[in-house]
Amino acid sequence: MNSKVQHFSEMTADGGTRSPYTAYDGWFAQQDNARLAKKSAEAEAFFRRSGITFNVYGQSDAEERLIPFDLVPRIISGREWTKLSRGIDQRVRAINAFLHDIYNRQEILRAGVVPTSLVAQNDAFLPEMMDFSPPGDVYTHIVGTDIVRTGEDDFFVLEDNARTPSGVSYMLENRETMLQMFPELFSKIKVQRVSDYPKQLRRSLEASAPAGCKGRPCVVVLTPGIHNSAYYEHSFLADQMGVELVEGHDLRIVDGHVAMRTTRGYKVIDVIYRRVDDEFLDPLTFNPSSMLGVPGIMDVYRAGNIAIANAPGTGVADDKAIYSYMPEIVEFYTGERAILKNVETYRCSEPDMLKYVLDNLADLVVKEVHGSGGYGMLVGPAASKKELAEFADKLRARPGNYIAQPTLSLSTVPIFTEAGLAPRHVDLRPFALVSPGGVDITPGGLTRVALTEGSLVVNSSQGGGTKDTWVLED
Amino acid sequence: MFRFLERAENTARLIEAGFRIALTRSTDAQAEWKSVIVTSASQAAYDAKHDGYDSTRVTDFLLRDPDNPSSVLSVIKAARDNARLVRTALTTEVWSSVNETWMVLCDVLRDPVPETELPAVLATIRQQSALVRGGLHGTMLRNDIYDFCRLGTFVERMDSTTRIIDVKYYALLPAASFVGSRMDNVQWETILRSVSAHRSFRWAVEDEFNAASIAEFLILDARMPRSLYFCAGQLVDNLDYLAANYGEETESLRKARALRARLKDRDISSIFEEGLHEFLNDVLSDTAQLGMQIEQDYRFIA
Repeated sequence: MNSKVQHFSEMTADGGTRSPYTAYDGWFAQQDNARLAKKSAEAEAFFRRSGITFNVYGQSDAEERLIPFDLVPRIISGREWTKLSRGIDQRVRAINAFLHDIYNRQEILRAGVVPTSLVAQNDAFLPEMMDFSPPGDVYTHIVGTDIVRTGEDDFFVLEDNARTPSGVSYMLENRETMLQMFPELFSKIKVQRVSDYPKQLRRSLEASAPAGCKGRPCVVVLTPGIHNSAYYEHSFLADQMGVELVEGHDLRIVDGHVAMRTTRGYKVIDVIYRRVDDEFLDPLTFNPSSMLGVPGIMDVYRAGNIAIANAPGTGVADDKAIYSYMPEIVEFYTGERAILKNVETYRCSEPDMLKYVLDNLADLVVKEVHGSGGYGMLVGPAASKKELAEFADKLRARPGNYIAQPTLSLSTVPIFTEAGLAPRHVDLRPFALVSPGGVDITPGGLTRVALTEGSLVVNSSQGGGTKDTWVLED
Repeated sequence: MFRFLERAENTARLIEAGFRIALTRSTDAQAEWKSVIVTSASQAAYDAKHDGYDSTRVTDFLLRDPDNPSSVLSVIKAARDNARLVRTALTTEVWSSVNETWMVLCDVLRDPVPETELPAVLATIRQQSALVRGGLHGTMLRNDIYDFCRLGTFVERMDSTTRIIDVKYYALLPAASFVGSRMDNVQWETILRSVSAHRSFRWAVEDEFNAASIAEFLILDARMPRSLYFCAGQLVDNLDYLAANYGEETESLRKARALRARLKDRDISSIFEEGLHEFLNDVLSDTAQLGMQIEQDYRFIA
């Protein structure tokens, strides 16, 4: 990284403490490092006992891993949050309207606001979803918008994660851990609670049930199984909501409905919160070798007898080339300017932008349009000459497969180290629930933190950790 | 002895619920702590010593105060004294777990518990209580001694659950059942947490959160191990075993059956019509009378 760049510090400003952190800072000054180090070890034991571990793919002998937890909270004022949540609300409504449009009348394509090719040639676009409207026209019921901050009032959306956002169990467990470890902090500082999320999630899913559903809708969570890296989260959410956790082989189609195997026979279900990818959802429609899905579920879906959250084909909205049009998409459907800014994005499919990207490769971050999880990307400032040259060749060969963005100077929040507080870069993933009844955004979210000094990569697969995220009651 | 152990556990649970609500809600913590004191049936003793309600004084009173006969330290000491008295009636496992509980709790409750350590201390109380219960279930003969242990547990639990509902009965009246997204009644959560049922409610009850379904769950549900109906059923069962064993049906059995009959095949709306508060008052006094009747029938009082 360019060390001359000044990063925005969320805790300190002009030698003092920024106001959301004042009370915390006062408390911290009275703590001794030995006690905090002990608490930090306790937190790890707490996570191990609750089982919030993940498996790393391809490492069969590796023990179950914990995502490192840092005990210094990331604190957001109520005022900052109000603005953020308004922006998220607007954005998730626009994304749902966009998805409904491209699978039906395609007004936005006809108006030339978004190029048809971006949708038609998109791998995540499912022709099977054309001319069909899910209950309430909701496609993405659970959204985890990745937001980064670069200054006092500068928040940018980095990714929309409309397909299958994960990490909400960390938002909840991190708070529980903090409440156990530092109850005195919460009696001093009023923090908006996140613990309603499971209840709200169930409500939101129930509200998305098909119109023909009678009585209280039956909701289930569909998991690929215990070997999936996010299995803990699947079981946790089902348990917290009070609904069954099922695998594909527990489900079958009975009389035109999806039903689950129970000790008393098959029971009809109305809403599936699925954590299985589109491709594996229905072997009759998509990947024929899938053992994880339910044969025939797409027919039941199109007949309006089951709600699937999130809807198949939602991944179109996560495409990074589509992302670059998000300000226009928000304006097209809401008639308002986007409240949250996009990161400036260069579409390499356009010749003059490609030229700019190639000329400035060493300063840019280049991503695959369908990529996620930090894979297949180039971080220009951190790359060697050879890597830059190789990536330039890839860009010339398939320019449409890439977008580029300036390297952002992510804000920092301190982490606790043996030597005291040390600033590290963070991002934020708040979680929004969308149902025909409206949008509900839990005050807080998942803060990911790059634990290595100077690093900008917050992904847990690459050495990132998490923090509890506080939204204050101002 | 098992009445005392049950009381210690219930008190810990009550503090835990109160503490959590005080930390995570912006509501009036003072009112919350006051209702914890009222629920624990120790308002008079508390008011005699203290002026006003706050977390430090309330938790100290309920955990450690020797002047409070229901404080965790007082009841654990009483339980251990009882266990020593009837040492030969208990298996080694039960006795040593009660004795260990007393030693551990005397140690962690020696000094006032700072807020920072409270979650750990409450967890210790719960764990110790589970240890004694596990010893009882796993090792005791299923004879009259076991039945008396169970009777103590369920008289106390019946009393405790009734008080918890009664202190918040106003929050459970049908008129209070407004359903709003974030406006959910704080009181409902406190009630469910006080009986460790905030999770099982979601699993057991098909309805959404509302006053009537929560009241029904806590009063009439046969699966919920702290509901009034469940406790009454356990009292009848254990008195039945004693009657069969001793070859004599007692007045306590008759009283317990009457109590269970009040709760059997009821629906919650008829209880609301009768008046929830009045209904709970009756249950409370019936339970107290049943407790005394058991002592009399089985000659626990000289």
